[in-house]
Amino acid sequence: MNAIPAAADPDSAYVRIANLTKRFGDFVAVDDVSLDIRRGEIFCLLGGSGSGKTTLLRMLAGFELPSAGTIRIDGADMSAIPPYERPVNMMFQSYALFPHMSVEKNVAFGLEQEGLGREQIRRQVGEILDIVKMGGFGARKPHQLSGGQRQRVALARALVKRPKLLLLDEPLAALDRKLREHTQFELINIQQRLGVTFIVVTHDQEEAMTLGSRLGVMNHGRIAQIGTPSDIYESPATRFVADFIGSVNMFEGRVSDDGADGLRIDCTELGCTVRAPRTASCTRGATVWTAIRPEKINISRQPPAAAGQPGPAENAVRGTVREIAYMGDMSVYLVQIDSGSMMRVTLPNVMRGAERPIAREESVWLSWHGSSPVVLTE
Amino acid sequence: MRLTTASGRRLVAGIPILWLLVLFLVPFIIVFRISFSEVRLAIPPYTPLLTWRHGSPVLQLHWSAYRFLFTDPLYISSYLYSLKVAAVSTLCCLGLGYPMAYAIARSDAASRPVLLMLIVLPFWTSFLLRVYAWIGLLKNNGVINNVLMYLGVIHHPLALLQTDFAVYIGIVYSYLPFMILPLYANLEKHDGTLLEAAADLGARPLRAFVRVTLPQSFAGIVAGALLVFIPAVGEYVIPTLLGRTDQIMIGRVLSDEFFENRDWPVASAVAIVILLLLVVPIMLFQRLERRELEAAR
Amino acid sequence: MRARGLFTRTALVLGLMFLYLPILSMIVFSFNNSRLVTVWDPAHSPTLKWYVALMSNEQILRAAWLSMRIALISASAAVVLGTLAGMALARLGAFRGRMLLAGMTTAPIVMPEVITGLSLLLLFVAMQQLIGWPKGVGAVTITLAHITFCMAYVTVVVQSRLSGFDEALEEAAMDLGARPLRVFLRITLPLILPAIASGWLLAFTLSWDDLVITQFVAGPGSSTLPMVIFSKVRFGVTPDVNALATIMVLIVATGIAISTVWMRYRQQRRVRDLQLAALANL
Repeated sequence: MNAIPAAADPDSAYVRIANLTKRFGDFVAVDDVSLDIRRGEIFCLLGGSGSGKTTLLRMLAGFELPSAGTIRIDGADMSAIPPYERPVNMMFQSYALFPHMSVEKNVAFGLEQEGLGREQIRRQVGEILDIVKMGGFGARKPHQLSGGQRQRVALARALVKRPKLLLLDEPLAALDRKLREHTQFELINIQQRLGVTFIVVTHDQEEAMTLGSRLGVMNHGRIAQIGTPSDIYESPATRFVADFIGSVNMFEGRVSDDGADGLRIDCTELGCTVRAPRTASCTRGATVWTAIRPEKINISRQPPAAAGQPGPAENAVRGTVREIAYMGDMSVYLVQIDSGSMMRVTLPNVMRGAERPIAREESVWLSWHGSSPVVLTE
Repeated sequence: MRLTTASGRRLVAGIPILWLLVLFLVPFIIVFRISFSEVRLAIPPYTPLLTWRHGSPVLQLHWSAYRFLFTDPLYISSYLYSLKVAAVSTLCCLGLGYPMAYAIARSDAASRPVLLMLIVLPFWTSFLLRVYAWIGLLKNNGVINNVLMYLGVIHHPLALLQTDFAVYIGIVYSYLPFMILPLYANLEKHDGTLLEAAADLGARPLRAFVRVTLPQSFAGIVAGALLVFIPAVGEYVIPTLLGRTDQIMIGRVLSDEFFENRDWPVASAVAIVILLLLVVPIMLFQRLERRELEAAR
Repeated sequence: MRARGLFTRTALVLGLMFLYLPILSMIVFSFNNSRLVTVWDPAHSPTLKWYVALMSNEQILRAAWLSMRIALISASAAVVLGTLAGMALARLGAFRGRMLLAGMTTAPIVMPEVITGLSLLLLFVAMQQLIGWPKGVGAVTITLAHITFCMAYVTVVVQSRLSGFDEALEEAAMDLGARPLRVFLRITLPLILPAIASGWLLAFTLSWDDLVITQFVAGPGSSTLPMVIFSKVRFGVTPDVNALATIMVLIVATGIAISTVWMRYRQQRRVRDLQLAALANL
């Protein structure tokens, strides 16, 4: 789901990261990353551990110095600015609440460094605590709070200075599942209310898709793809992205025809010809990969209309169900197709207690619409 | 992490490094150098480290102190005796300390801090006075002999003081906390389910202990043993107060060479040879210590 | 399982008896009238006469006062140096001289005292020849020596405390606009204060108690308490030393009792806090 409308002016780069590189000895943590972030958006950096996303965040905060490249925020070069002078605040994964200070003191800490008056500090702290619904907890110490409450205090502390940019390092990782879902929407709510630009680092794709107006998928220190959540899910640019976000059935093939109605790909691994829209530029005879999401595949006992005819089937294969996993809202079928490969198919459990559900070891047909496969060249 | 500015960093690391260089490292270099001097009747009582001849410094190395050390059997037997005393005491410490540490680590969470405090408490009272207390217990008309004679177990007082036994007692008594604490720190971290798994796989308690607990506590054993063994080799107070008069330990030899004979070069050579004997254990201890602190990060 | 539990428990009890019986006997015999110390004189005991004798013993009182001053100064200086060293080792990452510093702070802990003592004296003698300071050996050289071996212990205590808490706390403070010195004063220092306090106590005790190193670097007229005690007990037991030991044990026991009560109070508060947090989760 995509909660935030894209920023009004797509050209306005509020945070401009250009050719940013960070090396630790021989290890390149962030490799020549260039990235523009718009004012008022929630940008999610998504990647596995060691992908460089946290290092990128720490360079934005000023805890690490770039080995090369520049960071500009609202036009100002940040290279020589120490963390305590940047218009950037961070919400730490561990929350990093000062254990020896009350909630109020924690939130006031940043304002005190600016030398504001006591009355003004008190007012601003009160306001932000109300926004995160922690109004009555000002006198508590961090260890007297639950995990969800600590998360809110950490958010309030990072927001109270109204930074130009808020960095959130795995903001929901420490919360349990139920609370996480609820907090996601609240976070979006608060962000919209205050209009602060957010950069969120997460390894959780679901979290990234829910929170982010745009995502940047990172791999080995590089940005693999930037786009809206649906761009990235529906049109992944690389095999890595297709595999990393959601699950996917991927087969190697060879382009056999490059007609007006799309590509034709011969997949020996799949045992059928795949018709797919022309997404990538590729010539006849090129080796490509076709990726099909499990939920975009139909499973049936009868052959689909086009299949039964002589000649190689198109966008349909036959196979045998090997495993069925019931997940509640849907079921996952692992089907061994006639070529020997396995395919993963998910079906929503629309009907309660369907009359004659497909069983293990049953022979089935798998088919998909011509617009479903994504063709990838790298 | 750039926690401080460059000058701040230099200050934070620089001050303690400078202090330790001047008051810890340089002194060792001086000891090393003086061990190659010759004794003479002057102040200070050794030949100068550098002599000036025709306007250029000349470094003169004398081996006499070391030659002396390896020809007089007194020194060699003192070194061997010190190693033996330290080794026996370390083993006794381990034998007593391991079950104690184990019992504390397995006791319930509420009584653990109390027991640990009881182990550490004597350490906070004077080391010298605690060694002294054993004189009162061990001497001929001391408490132990009095009690045994009162009970009729013996009729003549046993000679307990000024024996190897008294030195072992003194060292074990003084260094026991240093053995127990690293062992406890290690044993406390053990996962109880490992023993359950061993039992589940058919190992009897003793076998489970030997095959599971003991190998895992090896690092703790080594750390504790080093913390006892290294200082025990150079121990001065305990053998002086409780030990034999006919066989002295090497720490006492060093002290006597220095204070009684005023032979600073030989005292320095004695120190250097002690260090050579201990260099492997000390390096080992430092590696363990570093790994422990890194692991805590 | 049961048998080993029994064995280790027995070892624990015997071990604790082994640790405390000597101290107990010192306390008991400090009230003994007899000059023979370990032979109880039931007719005239208990008596406080050795305590009275102790209080009028000029030599011991003077030595105690000197030891007290040296220990106060040494512990305070060692805490400053040890905290700096601990900070450097735990927070500065890799810097030039890190290995050197790490080595020089752990080595004094295991170094045989005779060697440390000898080397420090030889340093002071060489320094006096070279730059004319320090003038002879005495309270100043004793203090310098004590600071050096005490700071090693403080370093270890502070370093392990710093390693134990999240570096993100300091980063968060800096992120919120606090400069490095302010981060140290407002965040780091309050958090490592317990470690600094116990490091100070440890350093004070070590300095107060040290004999071997002190003997090397002390001069005439600068006899510390352990030196006076050592010269007395080297030739046998004396009853007034028992009285002195009893007083010292009493002081330590009182301190420990107070800190235990304080810890228990904190513990109870902590339990209450946890209950509050649990309620907040509902």
